[in-house]
Amino acid sequence: MHTFAELIIVFVILLDLALAVTGSLSSCIRLVAMQGVVAGLLPLLAGSGAPHTRAVIFAVVIVILKGAVFPRLLMRARDKSGARKDVEPLISYPASILLCLGAFIASSWLGSRLPLPQANVAWIVPASLSTIFTGFLLITTRSKAITQVLGYLVIENGIYIFGLALFVEQPLMVELAILLDVFVAVFVMGIAIFHISREFDHIDTAELSELSDWRRGEYGK
Amino acid sequence: MEIVKPLTQYLAVMLLSPLLPGVINRVKAFFGGRRGQPLLQLYFDLYKLFLKTPVYSRTTTWVFKAGPVVGVSALVAALAVLPFAGRPSFLTFEGDFIFLLYLLGLARFVTVLAALDTGSAFEGMGASREMQFAVFAEPAFFLGLAALARVTGQSSLAGMFGALTGDIWRTAAPVLALLTASLLIVLLAENSRVPADDPNTHLELTMIHEVMVLDHSGPELAYILYGAALKLWLFGSLIACMVLPRHSGSWALNSALFILMMLGMAVAVGVLESIIARLRLTKVPYLLITAFAFSALALIFQMGR
Repeated sequence: MHTFAELIIVFVILLDLALAVTGSLSSCIRLVAMQGVVAGLLPLLAGSGAPHTRAVIFAVVIVILKGAVFPRLLMRARDKSGARKDVEPLISYPASILLCLGAFIASSWLGSRLPLPQANVAWIVPASLSTIFTGFLLITTRSKAITQVLGYLVIENGIYIFGLALFVEQPLMVELAILLDVFVAVFVMGIAIFHISREFDHIDTAELSELSDWRRGEYGK
Repeated sequence: MEIVKPLTQYLAVMLLSPLLPGVINRVKAFFGGRRGQPLLQLYFDLYKLFLKTPVYSRTTTWVFKAGPVVGVSALVAALAVLPFAGRPSFLTFEGDFIFLLYLLGLARFVTVLAALDTGSAFEGMGASREMQFAVFAEPAFFLGLAALARVTGQSSLAGMFGALTGDIWRTAAPVLALLTASLLIVLLAENSRVPADDPNTHLELTMIHEVMVLDHSGPELAYILYGAALKLWLFGSLIACMVLPRHSGSWALNSALFILMMLGMAVAVGVLESIIARLRLTKVPYLLITAFAFSALALIFQMGR
């Protein structure tokens, strides 16, 4: 069983790497959804013995939210914004993947130094830390507003996996609160992206640094 | 008596390796709805080429003539340290995987030198591409073997693959799966197979490996073709040893199973080539960086266990 959970952890890390190199926005959304589903299933496999009913219900809720609702909302935001269909990274893909690998090395070093209770499954802490880093990478090096939402979701996945290292079953209220936060965030971001693209004809964050009455070409540009 | 079995294995590799490209071509032809070349086409080609007189351009020097001979000799030597069905060949020592890597590097180096020696712009372009992709493929291969050495605690190729058992697969499945994936990508790239290069294309603009050998003819082309078949066997057998770790007591049974596995590998490569398209040339490094990432991940995983 634990080998299986380890395989899933490896799969999560491979999804991080895939996120770092994927150029198409829709497959990025799909990868994030897949990671959310996989992370949601992890507590069912990491615990010893048969999982609790509460844990099963909770896993189902997470899978539905992260696997179906979020991708639907994000896809809708992508279609409505009418933006280009690629993520437009600020650094090259090989640089992204090398940064991801470096993050994994750093987080496995950090994971060995953190005073944490012994986790059941190896590699949970490095995997979660590197997932969080991948989220930051998506936020900082991709130039679209929608990839920032995606990065936020990836960070949430990482935090969720990190929680597994501490407790196999998380306190229900804490996790529900996080989920609600993320849900509202995705919802608000979806609306905001739609509005941004309607106002400015693009959702490129680099362009959002100028005020709207600061016309291009008039002031020395 | 001790030397007989390794020598038989070695001879079997020498004789059987030209069969692999034939199998790949038949599988690709099947997917394309054709009958395809005979399975033994490469043997016929080699025979025909050995009878021909080579033609040399006036710009070439001895480097051009030495290239194919040194290249095929390096591969023949590399096969001496390669385990067969998880059993050692007649040459095996600690750290011989580094020896193997350097022999492969030597073969590549002389091929590139011979290509540059023709003075042709096309061959120079091919040589440049070959070296560029080697920069990415070699670290992936090296790190992969290093991770395998770490998993098994051995530092000779025969030791590593001999120590692989079903138990190791049970406890270290993620690491070994990553390594297999990485080796498969390296196999496709190093043998100029489809996602990286197309062995059938003869349009210089898109070629990597094939373009370097355009000026060779006669027995020298035969050496190059034979060397390519040996190289395919070399990488294929590393993967076959990896995914087929079970050793029954009988040598004959093991060897037969291994040869079947090699033919299965060839079929798998043929299927892969049929169902995926060639990558754009600028995307090939991404593929190889992926292989590098797999190997590096496997190594980090293993170090932290």
